[in-house]
Amino acid sequence: MAGGAHEEAHGPMHQFELTRKVPLELFGYDVSFTNSSLWMVIAVIAASAFLIFSMRGRSLVPTRMQSMAEVFYEFLAKTVRDVCGPEGMKYFPFVFSIFIFVFFANVLGLLPGSFTTTSHISVTFALALLVFVVVTVIGFQKQGFGFLKMFVPEGVPLLLLPLIVVIEVISYLMRPISLSVRLFANMLAGHILLKVFAGFVVGLGVVGGWAPLAFMVGFTGFELGIAALQAFIFALLTCIYLNDALHSHH
Amino acid sequence: MDPATAKLIGAGLACTGLIGAGIGVGTIFGNYLNGALRNPSAADSQRIWMFVGAAMTELLGLLAFVVAMIILQ
Repeated sequence: MAGGAHEEAHGPMHQFELTRKVPLELFGYDVSFTNSSLWMVIAVIAASAFLIFSMRGRSLVPTRMQSMAEVFYEFLAKTVRDVCGPEGMKYFPFVFSIFIFVFFANVLGLLPGSFTTTSHISVTFALALLVFVVVTVIGFQKQGFGFLKMFVPEGVPLLLLPLIVVIEVISYLMRPISLSVRLFANMLAGHILLKVFAGFVVGLGVVGGWAPLAFMVGFTGFELGIAALQAFIFALLTCIYLNDALHSHH
Repeated sequence: MDPATAKLIGAGLACTGLIGAGIGVGTIFGNYLNGALRNPSAADSQRIWMFVGAAMTELLGLLAFVVAMIILQ
């Protein structure tokens, strides 16, 4: 009411708008500290605070907080061990950092009035590109040029081989795109749906608004599950790509 | 036809790609449950591959959603 009519009519896309908190310019580029940057910093601080404070006691019989941190650790460690084998545990800190950052960014984005950093493809694509570059470097480090054998599957007829190699190379280069679009589109779709139904609650008023409100409560719980699942899938696919780089079983 | 109308219809048509993703993800989870109930001892080792399959299938539906969003822009 106080904001005036033009501020009332926010569409469902308004929540993804970037606003400059601290305008900055570096070498002609706009590097302002935006609300996206702010929520990324909050995610990092929240994740660090959660892990540091919950593990401060280091007791043999874990406290409630410590067992929460241990659940995260055990779960990811089991996934890395299952997918990459014991030699993949060397890269566990990398996978764990990515998981915990994406997880906290997703979950903090569900807070009313917050900003979902992972709903912007620039953020998720940067993360996916990091995974892609790291995995490619590890692959060439571990296997040398034997890593390129990944693009030449065994037992393929010679006639089909040129076609298969091209397809394999393209699918390898598509990895950062598919990884980033999955996370970004999931977050975008969920938040748009929540805002559209929030519009229904207001539109139907006190009489009919309860039905979409009940749906929204349920769907927020569902979104919480999606936020955790998408963070896990991001980490899981990172593990699978790491496995390709570590072992030459193609 | 008014271009704005055509844009909205196009976005709606682009979203039909999500039908396939819905069927696909349902098939994956349904078949996993089917297999897990028949052989519960093997279920744990295959759960990761269910999630990978679901992620791959879901991506194709989300591409349709992204196309719809690009049209609506």
